[in-house]
Parts: sequence; structure tokens; C-alpha cells
Amino acid sequence: MADKPRLAVWKFSSCDGCQLSLLDCEDELLAVAGAVEIAYFLEASRTPPQGPYDISLVEGSITTPADSVRIAEIRRQSKAVISIGACATSGGFQALRNIGDYDEIVRNVYAHPEYIDALKTSTPISSRIHVDFELRGCPVNKHQLLEVVAASLAGRRPNVPNYSQCVECKRSGIVCVMVAHGTPCLGPVTQAGCGSLCTSCDRGCYGCFGPKEEANTKSLGKRISEDFGVGHRATADMFRTFNAGAEPFRREALRHDEH
Amino acid sequence: MSELSDLSRRNDVHVMKPEGTEALIRALIEDGYEVIGPKVIAQAMLYEPYEAGETPPAGWTDEQDGGRYRLIARDDGKLFDYVVGPQGFKRYLFPPREKLWSAKRTADGFAVGRDGAPAKAYAFFGARACEVAAIGIQDRVFDNGEFSDPTYNARRAKAFIVSVDCSRSASTCFCASMGTGPAPEAGYDIRLSEIFEDGHHMLLVRSGSEAGAAILEKLDLKKAKKADLEKADANSRRAAEMQTRVMPDDAREVLARNMKHSHWVEVGKRCLGCGSCTMVCPTCFCAAMEDVTGLDPDSAERWRQWDTCFSVNHSFIHGGAIRQEAWSRYRQWITHKLSFWHEQFGQSGCVGCGRCITWCPVAIDIVEETRTIRDSEKTEALHG
Ligand code: SF4
Ligand code: SF4
Ligand code: SF4
Repeated sequence: MADKPRLAVWKFSSCDGCQLSLLDCEDELLAVAGAVEIAYFLEASRTPPQGPYDISLVEGSITTPADSVRIAEIRRQSKAVISIGACATSGGFQALRNIGDYDEIVRNVYAHPEYIDALKTSTPISSRIHVDFELRGCPVNKHQLLEVVAASLAGRRPNVPNYSQCVECKRSGIVCVMVAHGTPCLGPVTQAGCGSLCTSCDRGCYGCFGPKEEANTKSLGKRISEDFGVGHRATADMFRTFNAGAEPFRREALRHDEH
Repeated sequence: MSELSDLSRRNDVHVMKPEGTEALIRALIEDGYEVIGPKVIAQAMLYEPYEAGETPPAGWTDEQDGGRYRLIARDDGKLFDYVVGPQGFKRYLFPPREKLWSAKRTADGFAVGRDGAPAKAYAFFGARACEVAAIGIQDRVFDNGEFSDPTYNARRAKAFIVSVDCSRSASTCFCASMGTGPAPEAGYDIRLSEIFEDGHHMLLVRSGSEAGAAILEKLDLKKAKKADLEKADANSRRAAEMQTRVMPDDAREVLARNMKHSHWVEVGKRCLGCGSCTMVCPTCFCAAMEDVTGLDPDSAERWRQWDTCFSVNHSFIHGGAIRQEAWSRYRQWITHKLSFWHEQFGQSGCVGCGRCITWCPVAIDIVEETRTIRDSEKTEALHG
């Protein structure tokens, strides 16, 4: 191969957890380091990216006016943009501010609110630019991350499913916590991908991988809030975590607020 | 499974003490079988591998209803008073994920290799009648005369089945109306029936094949009395009478002629499309192929894993998925199971085990939905 494919990793508003998943893949990535040249841009820098890049992995959400400018530049310099993690694909935890009073939050949190130059919302990368693939998860799953990179390099579609966490539980032989233990679980409306971290420890799914395809949150929300006696307030809270900004979860939480 | 050489031995019914299961399991292990039987795990009765010396758990029963399962401990020592748990023996004959082959790039193309490990010989201990019937249904799916699945059939040819009659039913069971239970008529190598009455606790033992008869030779058995047989029959009758859910016997026709019924949309509003029903169903056989390449560009693997008709991709063809709405996926599932399976395989695809009812997180009920459509057929025709 004459030119190695160039892969860049970019960071926006996030906790860095997804990049830890990436670091966790170093062994595998090193195995092909001969084939890929990797450039990390862990801190927001004012120097414009020195592209072009074959693949840009983007972590984090858009929360400031400067983010909007930078992400557009990254798009211009990248053949493929892959957003990784709940922040980059749904706005992350910080999207909780989308439902509050932004000015009041800033006043309450910062001693000098006048120094804050942020947007009123936290939104996914796809709210600003065209994204070639969104890899879900809080954080992303190491195997899925490698799969997406491998598939992109091979020019094929990644094997990343959009179906429910329940499919994964059943394949792995995990006893359903909702049916057998009466534990509320977001798995039936959550995309598979984590490797059943919580359900294999008898916990309900927290929805880290965001809404599955055609998520019927209304039916599950009713089951949890009414039949399981969780109540509307706690049900709204269940939908308002890492993927609070993902539309089906956002809508479902609001539905329970109205009660 | 081999033909019977000695019919008189088959017709002999024996009894053994409940502790006799230890010797039975040991004999199977000594014969080279990996014995899979009931175990309590995560508050459910699962089918898991047994070691020599292990015996089935005593003193358990269960409560099941739509979307609800509870395993309950009792101190009566009964061995088989619970019914089916979340997983059938399907996961052993048709594993959830299986590598079919791998390929390596060569100088002039690529070479394909199979994982040459010989198929395991499983002995399924404690298979209920619905389970035995479900294995029979999958046998037709994986070997229909025209197509034959090599990995399933290799495992199936070696499998040994120890069945158990049910002497009680859960509220979700409807095998009686599907004609598959509560006691199996055939399909087992050894059949056990538990008798627990007036201080007597014993197991009635029958063989259903030469392999079964050969194992029984190694056990300490006594001839059964006529009264024992009558007790076992009464137990089965009681289990059948307990069943509150009854699948209408015209389900096949009713569903086939109501493809436009408004009730589909109603179910679609409740259905989560989670696929749990298909995953727990002992007859569902859909799988998706996954071609995997690593970062190493010279090798690839093909994996087969359980799929569900509730995923959008399942109906993906050129141009997009043809079953976009949740209701259309539910309709696909139930009409295949109860109606079109007859056309495809000459029998129903449902054995009445009730798993899809119990393990649906929102308690959607195959019997109830069928009945609703059946009962509203006339009004629907007027208004529809
Ligand atoms: S534990 Fe949760 S995710 Fe797993 S099968 Fe049950 S409802 Fe679905
Ligand atoms: S459709 Fe439901 S009741 Fe029928 S065999 Fe499958 S899981 Fe059992
Ligand atoms: S019927 Fe129940 S188990 Fe099946 S996909 Fe719908 S919600 Fe899930």
C-alpha cells in the first residue's frame, strides 16, 4: 500500500470515556498500525485540522459556537465522519440542559456567568454536519468500535445491529430481569451493543446505547410506570440519562412529566 | 435414533425411586453424553450441563402469567412440579451464535475451512412434551427432504431425550389445545412420569427407543403396577384440565382470512418489537448470517446467529425493509406460527408452551390476540 489511510480522533463536549474505549483497543489497532496512520486531537485546538483524513472519529457533543465552526472544518477535511458515543450521537448527559432554563443553570453553576460562551443546547454531531455512521454507547463498545473501523477500511457496511437489547439477553441466555424479577428495564427499547453489562448482573438496562430502531417507548413507559408501579416521575428520570436528547427518549420523558 | 428391536421391552413400564435420577444421569454421562438438565439460575429454571453425581433440583414450582415468571421454592421434594422456563433445548441443537466457516486469502484466491470439531452428543434430561414436540418441528425445518442443515442434523442424530410428563400446568400453558402435551406420545428415548401421592414418591419409567432401553438395563427398576400407570395418567389429565388458555382449533383459517383486521394495529401499539417472543420460542428458527472481517485484510469468517422477524432488517430486501410497521411484524410472526407454517411444513409452528406469553415484557398473548380476531371477525366484516 502506497499511502496509509489516515485516521483522526476528535474531541468535543464529553467525558473522554469513549476515547478510553479507543485506547483500550490499542493492541488491536497497533496490529494494523502498519496500515493506518492515527492522529489524536484530544483537546480543542484553534489550529485548523491538517487533513485530509480518510476517517474522522468524533467524540462529544456540540455545545459552543466554536464547536459548530470546528466540526464543519473537520467535515470538509474528512472522507468519512463517524460519531462515537452517546454525546456525539444524541447530545449526551449534558443535553439535560435542553429541557431546563439555560440562563438560570449558568447563573447557579458559575461564579462568573459572563465568561461562559455556550449554546443553549447540547446536540449531536449530526445536528451540524452529515455523519456517515453513528456508533452508539456510553461508552462505545470496544468490539463495535473496531468493527466500524475495520468495515470502513474494507469498504463494507459495519455489523452493528439496531435491534433491541432483549435479543442480546436471550442469545446470551440471560434470564429476563423484567419478567423473572420484576425489575424495570429499558432493554426492550434500547439498541443492543454493550454486551449485556447490566442485565448479566441482574440489573435493568439503563439505555446507554440509545433508542433501538422504531422504539415503542410509549408501551414500555406505560408498563414500567403503571404496571410496575414505578410512577411517572421516576419513569421520566429513567429515560433522561445518557441519551436524554435522543428523540424517542426525550419525548417519552416529557410524556411522563405531563402526569 | 434407532428402530425398536424389542417391542415387549418397550411396552414394559417400570418404576424407580426419585433418587434413581442420579444413576440415570450417570449412565448417560458414562455413555458419552453431555447431559443437559434443569438447574436453578438467576431465579429461573434453565437447562444447563450436569456433572456426574448431580440430580435435578427438588422442591420447585413456578407461577407464570403474561409478562411474569416467578420460581417458588417448596419443601415437598417434588422433582418436576414447575413447567417450562425461559429457554428450551433449542440453544443446544441450534446455538444462538455459530461459526459456519472461515476463509483465508491465498496466492490465487481464498481457501475455506470449517471448524472440524465433531458434533456433541447431548442428552436432554427433563424435556416436557411441548419441548419434545418442538424438537420434532425443528427437525422438519432443518431437514425437509430438500434442504438439510449439516450442523443441526449432526447434533440431532446423536441426541438422546429423557422426557418428563407434566402433572400441573402454568396459566400460560396451552399444549392440550395444540395436541402436544401434557405427556409425549413419541419422540423420547426414555419417558419419566412423576407420582407423588399418599406418601409415595416415585418415577414411572418407559423406554421409547433401543438406545433408551439399553440405558434402562443399567438401572435399578421394578415393574410398574397397573395402579401406578393409572396415577400417572390421572396426573396428565389433571394438568390438561388446569389449562385456562385454549387455542381455537380454527386459528389457522381465522388468521389467514383476517390479514386486514383492525386488531393488528392495536397489537402494534403495545408490541415493543423487542423480539423476546421469537428468541424464547422453541420452534422459531430464523437466523442472520454475519460476514466478519477483522483488521487483518486476509481473513474472513461467516457466523450464523439467531435473528428475529421483529427486527426491521429481517425483511430488508433491495430498496428497503418491507415490514416497516410494528403491527406488520407482529402479524408476520403470529400468522407464520399458526397459519402459514402449515403450508410450509405441514403442521402448526406452535406447540403451546406459552413462553412467548410469559416472556413478553408487555404481556402480549398469542392465544388472546387470536381469540380477539376470531371473536370480532363478524363485526369487522361489517365495518371494515
Ligand atoms: S432483561 Fe431487559 S433487555 Fe434483557 S430481555 Fe429482559 S427486558 Fe429485555
Ligand atoms: S409461539 Fe409461543 S406458545 Fe407457541 S411454541 Fe412458540 S413460544 Fe411456545
Ligand atoms: S410480542 Fe412481546 S415479546 Fe414479542 S416483540 Fe412484541 S413486545 Fe416483544
